[in-house]
Amino acid sequence: MDRIREALVHIVDEEHVSNLAEELFIYSFDLGTAEPQPPDYVVAPRTTEQIREILRLANSEKIPVVPLGGGLSLAGLAVPEKGGILIDLKRMDSILEVHEDGCYAVLECGVSQGQLTAYLEKHHPTLTHSEPGAPPAATLVGNIVIHGQGDLSHPYGFNSDAVNGLEVVLPTGEVCRFGSIAVGAGWFTNHPLPDVGLFLGWSGTTGIVTKLSIKLFPAKRIRGVGRFVVDDEELVPEILHKLTHTQMAEDIIAFSSAIPPFASGLQTFSVNLAADSEKELEFKQELIWDDTLGEYIRRGDGAYLGFQRGLDRPQISKTSDYRKGGGFEYVGSIMPIKTYPECYRAGRKISERHGIPYTVTGRCIGPGHGMMFAWTYAFNRADPETIIQARQALHETDNLVLDLGGVIWKPGIYGQKLLIERLDPGTRELMGRIKDLLDPNGIMNPGNWEVR
Amino acid sequence: MEKNGFAYSDIIHRCFRCGYCKFPVNWSDVNNCPPYARFRMESYSCGGRLWLTRAWLEDRLPWSEHFADILYSCTTCKNCVVKCPLRFNVDIINMVVAARGEMVERGKVPAGVKIFLQNVELHGNPYGSAKSNRDKWAEGLELEPYRGQEFLLYIGCTGSYDTRAQLAARALAVVLGRAGVSFGVLGADENCDGNEVHNLGEMGLYEMLAEENIAAFRKLGVRKVITLSPHAFNVMKNRYPENGADFEVFHYTRILNDLIAAGKLDMSREFSASVTYHDPCFLGRWNDEYEAPREILKALPGAQLVEMDKVRDSAVCCGGGGGNFCINLLGGSESSPARRRVREAEQTGAGVLAVACPKCLIMLEDAVKAEGLEERLIVRDVAEIIISLSRPA
Repeated sequence: MDRIREALVHIVDEEHVSNLAEELFIYSFDLGTAEPQPPDYVVAPRTTEQIREILRLANSEKIPVVPLGGGLSLAGLAVPEKGGILIDLKRMDSILEVHEDGCYAVLECGVSQGQLTAYLEKHHPTLTHSEPGAPPAATLVGNIVIHGQGDLSHPYGFNSDAVNGLEVVLPTGEVCRFGSIAVGAGWFTNHPLPDVGLFLGWSGTTGIVTKLSIKLFPAKRIRGVGRFVVDDEELVPEILHKLTHTQMAEDIIAFSSAIPPFASGLQTFSVNLAADSEKELEFKQELIWDDTLGEYIRRGDGAYLGFQRGLDRPQISKTSDYRKGGGFEYVGSIMPIKTYPECYRAGRKISERHGIPYTVTGRCIGPGHGMMFAWTYAFNRADPETIIQARQALHETDNLVLDLGGVIWKPGIYGQKLLIERLDPGTRELMGRIKDLLDPNGIMNPGNWEVR
Repeated sequence: MEKNGFAYSDIIHRCFRCGYCKFPVNWSDVNNCPPYARFRMESYSCGGRLWLTRAWLEDRLPWSEHFADILYSCTTCKNCVVKCPLRFNVDIINMVVAARGEMVERGKVPAGVKIFLQNVELHGNPYGSAKSNRDKWAEGLELEPYRGQEFLLYIGCTGSYDTRAQLAARALAVVLGRAGVSFGVLGADENCDGNEVHNLGEMGLYEMLAEENIAAFRKLGVRKVITLSPHAFNVMKNRYPENGADFEVFHYTRILNDLIAAGKLDMSREFSASVTYHDPCFLGRWNDEYEAPREILKALPGAQLVEMDKVRDSAVCCGGGGGNFCINLLGGSESSPARRRVREAEQTGAGVLAVACPKCLIMLEDAVKAEGLEERLIVRDVAEIIISLSRPA
């Protein structure tokens, strides 16, 4: 029997360790365009202690380790570029605590965002979390470690801003806790202790987050989405700024796509509103649609498309089926809102150059501080040529982001290299030192954020 | 790309592996796909199974016993079909069954599957018991053979041979008799319905069973069939017409519900218990019958129907579908679907877990024992509950 496999079985159990071809095949893939690379072993632990032992083993044997959550980043972040042990974290899926008065939840790293949504709706209906636009299988920890956003990012910022505390297993096997829990004061705040934010945005190269305390937010009794449309992309930044200025919305998104054809070239806004009473909802609707957007309707520049009660949760995976191809990937970026028109136009050109129907989306983060802008490229999984086309479009878009003065969000390896080239030398050196200190044998998700 | 004309080569690449297929409708956990819940490896998820199948069909992955186990661990419960948001969702199970057909063509199926199919071929049932034993379930009941009565009561393999399921079959026959329903049975002449054979991918054997059953029913002049099992109900209602069947098929819960509504069943005794109901996949998701069993349970004098969190099209499969009540690729763990399901039932506080399927009955009763819940939860077929209320005429 393989010595490493035997050790992993000893740590976890027989059923949740594999080096068989089927598991190595499935775990070699990202869902996007990244080239597959197989791990040597797949393991699905159940406890932090098991993860500690796996990392100690990997560190002593100098075997690469790749942590995997929902596997939905679409950026190839959990492709085992150099083989090794892939750790599927989804069995660690307990919601450990919801503190209703303190408005936070403590979760294991495999809890999916859908699971938390359902749990809160059933047990704590006055609280909610900022739901990512990802499918329900996306894990909360996976979302915060890539600095994800959600449907409450306009009022509350990045989902990683909602972190109250973390439990992390370091590459050398030590367990650390951050935030108020580090001094035994519970999981209720991430501040004001010294900043050791070493695990968010690092793509699993500095440790494995095993527990998360995340802020919850008020869930209003009535929620719904209204839509508004303009035909001039130049109007989008000022409209977004006016909408954010009202501070009445939960989520503000502008988007445009080539499909359906009648909507091509139009810029549609979806604005989520929430209220505890009809009176509150009426006030917010009046402020948004009449007082803020009414002038565009009167000038003939825009149209109100109606308000629908209930949250129409995006089923982003439908994007993969636009051309019955089963695949899509997008470049996400954090951009100044003023760049929306150029993001749209340049992205559309890239799409058209590669023969891919364009889809662009901008979501406000904070009250006008920025937006997550995404360019989506569908491909046919059965047609390698379309995968190559999409990959080229993605790489061109990575460059576009930087040319337009933005930052690539959850960059894949290509985007990481672009960013590393532009990194402030002092910052790059510091990142290298941190990496050397935490991961002396370079076992954690190698290939990612290689600043040396 | 195609192997022996796999009919879904132009579709199978469309699975994105987004994972909706793992969830119930309210997203409360990822345990609604039985094999994924059991093993918690992506290879056992619906999407993983489709990606592996495509790779095998395209010669990018060799056949292996492990892959065969993964393919056959699917219980064909249809949770994926209902939850997948993409337009090809209606063909997910069809793709699994077609891939199994490819394996059957090559004679490379798991040992348990081979035995299952051999037994059906040789004995007309998956258990390997003699055909002559098929009527043992009815011993002492003095049921009439079918000779033109209004209904044929079709029991199926599990109700005929499994000693626990036989009790449900007997209960149903007695209840129908007490209600004055005109029916007959086939006794030892009854044959396997073929639902599982079809879903295991043995299309030749399935066609033979379907054609033989249809011919036998036609010869006897059968116009209406009552089935004990939702599996038999499904195949006779939805597949047999493709082979020329023109008789009506009813699952027994629809018949009992109508009898109760017509006042033809004695419901005078109290059934003072809290009851929860498990939706069988082949009655619920496959045939959209959620109401009749619940109407029956609501009509029980003194009973209280309490629902589990995951019901109707979000009900968790017992793990017995796709022949796994016999082949058992999902057993042996507290993560086995049936054990998960009885824990969910126990959480309702109900004392009785009602089922309307002989396969669910045996799977869940075994799980109650494995979980040590015998003192708190009993599993009863709906027909068994009804017979406990009524008095002999």
